[in-house]
Amino acid sequence: MIEWGLYNYWVVIFLMMTGLYVVISRGNLIKKIIGLNIFQVSVIMFYISMGKVKGGTAPILEEGVRVYSNPLPHVLMLTAIVVGVATSAVALALVVRIKEAYGTIEEDEIRVIEGEEEST
Amino acid sequence: MLDLVHLVLFTFLAVIAVAVIRLKDLFAAVMLMGIFSFLSACLFTVMDAVDVAFTEASVGAGISTILMLATLALTDSEEHPEHNRFKLLPLLAVVFTGGALLYATFDMPLYGDPSAPIHQYVAPHYLEFTGADIGVPNIVTAVLASYRGYDTWGETTVILTAGVGVLLLLGGHAVVERFRRRRSAGDEDGE
Amino acid sequence: MTSHVILRVLLKLLIPLIMLFALYVQFHGDFGPGGGFQAGVIFGAGMILYALIFGLDRAREVFPPRLLEVLVATGVLIYGGVGVAAIFFNGNFLEYSVLSHDPVHGQHLGIMLVELGVGLTVASVMTTIFFQFAGRGRTDD
Repeated sequence: MIEWGLYNYWVVIFLMMTGLYVVISRGNLIKKIIGLNIFQVSVIMFYISMGKVKGGTAPILEEGVRVYSNPLPHVLMLTAIVVGVATSAVALALVVRIKEAYGTIEEDEIRVIEGEEEST
Repeated sequence: MLDLVHLVLFTFLAVIAVAVIRLKDLFAAVMLMGIFSFLSACLFTVMDAVDVAFTEASVGAGISTILMLATLALTDSEEHPEHNRFKLLPLLAVVFTGGALLYATFDMPLYGDPSAPIHQYVAPHYLEFTGADIGVPNIVTAVLASYRGYDTWGETTVILTAGVGVLLLLGGHAVVERFRRRRSAGDEDGE
Repeated sequence: MTSHVILRVLLKLLIPLIMLFALYVQFHGDFGPGGGFQAGVIFGAGMILYALIFGLDRAREVFPPRLLEVLVATGVLIYGGVGVAAIFFNGNFLEYSVLSHDPVHGQHLGIMLVELGVGLTVASVMTTIFFQFAGRGRTDD
């Protein structure tokens, strides 16, 4: 029986598995970084969807409002988003350097070049 | 519980994620990631997380997209499909993990449930005492900067470290000049 | 660059508005959604937009990379400085209540300074990272 109250968790798991599949099965480095971003957004969605309270509103103190959504996941995920973009920036800088050093950003081609360099 | 807006937005997120992984043209994939970030920002707003939506829209759809486009300009912009034979093992691993996680979700509290354990311990304290202790209406800012100010300091240091990391990796005109001179002199290695 | 006339004219009007909006988000983060991170990213996006349309060289003249590198560290220093200042006023590290005559005013002052430091660091880091990516592989300095 489909329980619609759990739909948000199912979409989160689907996104997580999509991101994971991209990271482990695609050889292009930039595609892997895109997969990591999808994974990250899914985790953030998980926490934020757990913080929502039915009938609540944004956690900003206001006259006449009695029910607020939980502010704690919002705080934690704010940090997570910014740290995520910082690590993505460093990862992309590494990809640029790898391209300059090996001439390619496909994982198996890099492995071949590394194998040749090691045997010579 | 879960109304039509949530349903449509969640489903679109899943559809866009599948489209992103199937695309070979990386430029189109990066553009779709921008749309993905915007959709998730809409979803955060619907879920009452306005600060997070603000940050996700500006960071995910703004900075992340421009950095990936800059990287694409410096590298290839197509994935090479002949290297991607269909591999069964990753798909099996992913399906198995997803199945196990799905089985675990049947114990989770339903979406929007006010009696979920997450709302019982620390959050009511913040909601009750922010007005008296700090006097700042935005509770997320109060918790971020005051109650959990130490974590935010560490996070700012992480951003500083990322800036320093990119400066080390890509920076220095002297390094680029030396690199280019070595390349033209016939040296094979990059460093 | 005599093309993109529409973009240049429009952005000469828009970029000051973007920066003003970033300042608004920075200082109204107490009363509505916003705060240091969002403001820093919007300010950085304004600087990146300037670099995209008017050229990297002109952007480097207007926002010198050396200054940005100093500002990156200054933001974190301001944050830590507020914490250490709280120790000098007989409180704990990052205890804003002792910074002023009244605990609530002290909290307001502490939060404002701290968010300022965060916004400064984030804006400078975003712009620095973009300048590094855009300046790579150019044949002139």
